Amino acid sequence: MSFLELRGVEKHFGSLKAIKGIDLAVEKGEFVVFVGPSGCGKSTLLRMIAGLTEIDAGSLRLDGRDITRLASSKRDLAMVFQSYALYPHMSVADNMSFALRLANVDKAVIREKVRRAAEILNLSQYLERTPKELSGGQRQRVAIGRAIVRAPKVFLFDEPLSNLDAALRGQTRVEIAKLHRELGATTIYVTHDQVEAMTLADRVVVLRDGAIEQVGSPLELYDRPANQFVAQFIGTPQMNIVDSAALPALRDAAGVDGASDGFIGVRPENVLVRPAGSGRLAGHVELVESLGADTLIYANVGDGGATARTVQLVARQNERTALQPGDAVGLDIVPASFHLFDRQGRVVSARAA
Amino acid sequence: MQMNHFALLVRTVAAWLVTLLLVFPLIWLVLTSFKTELQAIAVPPRLFFTPTLESFREVNLRSDYLHHAANSVVTSFVSTFIGLAIAAPAAYSMAFFRTRRTRDILMWMLSTKMMPAVGALVPVYVMAQTAGLLDSRTALIVVFTLSNLPIMVWMLYSGFKDIPPDILEAARMDGASIWGEFTQVIRPLAMGTLASTGLLCLVLAWNEAFWSLNLSSAKAGTLAALIASYSSPEGLFWAKLSAASLLAIAPIVVVGWFSQKQLVQGLTFGAVK
Repeated sequence: MSFLELRGVEKHFGSLKAIKGIDLAVEKGEFVVFVGPSGCGKSTLLRMIAGLTEIDAGSLRLDGRDITRLASSKRDLAMVFQSYALYPHMSVADNMSFALRLANVDKAVIREKVRRAAEILNLSQYLERTPKELSGGQRQRVAIGRAIVRAPKVFLFDEPLSNLDAALRGQTRVEIAKLHRELGATTIYVTHDQVEAMTLADRVVVLRDGAIEQVGSPLELYDRPANQFVAQFIGTPQMNIVDSAALPALRDAAGVDGASDGFIGVRPENVLVRPAGSGRLAGHVELVESLGADTLIYANVGDGGATARTVQLVARQNERTALQPGDAVGLDIVPASFHLFDRQGRVVSARAA
Repeated sequence: MQMNHFALLVRTVAAWLVTLLLVFPLIWLVLTSFKTELQAIAVPPRLFFTPTLESFREVNLRSDYLHHAANSVVTSFVSTFIGLAIAAPAAYSMAFFRTRRTRDILMWMLSTKMMPAVGALVPVYVMAQTAGLLDSRTALIVVFTLSNLPIMVWMLYSGFKDIPPDILEAARMDGASIWGEFTQVIRPLAMGTLASTGLLCLVLAWNEAFWSLNLSSAKAGTLAALIASYSSPEGLFWAKLSAASLLAIAPIVVVGWFSQKQLVQGLTFGAVK
């Protein structure tokens, strides 16, 4: 039996099913990330695990015990909120020790635990300050510290980095990954940012409209998306997805064999830019984005005049380019790198990873 | 800049005028209480006179000030504490567990304050009589508590609403029971609201005259009833009436003076933010 088990978990808001029967098993020590567009129910699902939102159907088991109806305060889970939710009237030390004090832990033990957590999080010189005297990043670390002093069964993170600026976000992300490596604590982390999902997770759960689209390791999701939604949600820039009827030439270029009706998906790094006149596809440059290490080339590809339709493909390469908008280019597709989806968006066949 | 100075001057003068207008009866009351009955009705009224404590002596001889004062203290404090004990959980639930009906319930509670108290006089009187509680502190405490409850719930509700719910959820995750949430998180964060609500209701209960006049007399009569006893039957004795009034309002004026910050904060809660 898994450490944390969700079985057929549902949430209803009136007649609307916000969470539609989620089955998920989380192993001890695992770092699981819930990711999805806003409104997909990922935060609601996390709050249901936390006990802050009631579970309307299904069951939740933690460490062999049914906790579906148990009050949050008795679940032994710690949560880091997006707003940090620090107690404004308490010092940093009191914020971190609040749970232990409620549990009547010995004072000397509390002091030692707070001291160690503060050391890990670089907060030692701020212990006497109140939250309003701290920067956003420091508050974030206090919120994490409040969770780790308790050594709870599971850490829950609700979009913890979304209130930080980009530089701090990256830095804190690395710290959270490091912390998880050191503590080995079971963690569930909610984010809408797929980079956080890819870099932090052992396993990623992609959610949409209150249902799971796919569960897998970050690279599994990237290499073998189960459907068009996951294929486009994971990876920046998005996977190129083209209606196979719109550009027959692409089928040949990608090496799709057999008659199939649906969509062809190709990751931007598998679209290769060639000099004009060569390559299996011909098109014109629409836009060039130079990111330094990477260059993105947006090309409009026609089917040679049979129809007036053109399709935009994005190519990503790590060499710089002298191409300008309007330039003619040729394009090739890396052999066997395509993903094939049927009309419902389900994967038909994917390249071998 | 010139215009600003002028506007400031006008506003200052206006503020002083209004204040004077409001305070004048109080000043006159204080002056009159130190006059003799003859000086009190002299025309034109005298601003300068030799103060005398004669009226205070009279009042003390004729009625038991301390007895009435004790009634006032007991009824207002007890009704305030009971009111807070009922209103705080109600406001907590409405502020943090809102439903579609929360707004309606709040409006309904407030609407009970729109009804003239006299409309409920007969039923309340009959109930008090049937329960054998006429002229008892208990009856006054119950009525004061109930009549202040809507205001208490409203004030606490608007104060609690300013506490981010995340903080309470964090406390819940940290293992706090509802009682722990209230004592460890809400109470320290809403101390201002709790204090100002308590103070306001203390003042309202202290000043309450309608119910104490109608439900109590010699035994449970509050200071408001004491003042009233100096008006009608034997004609008006201005100096003694003033002395009794001064004795009745003095304690609450002192309390109000020292807690004006909390009172103002409570009354403008939500309006300034």
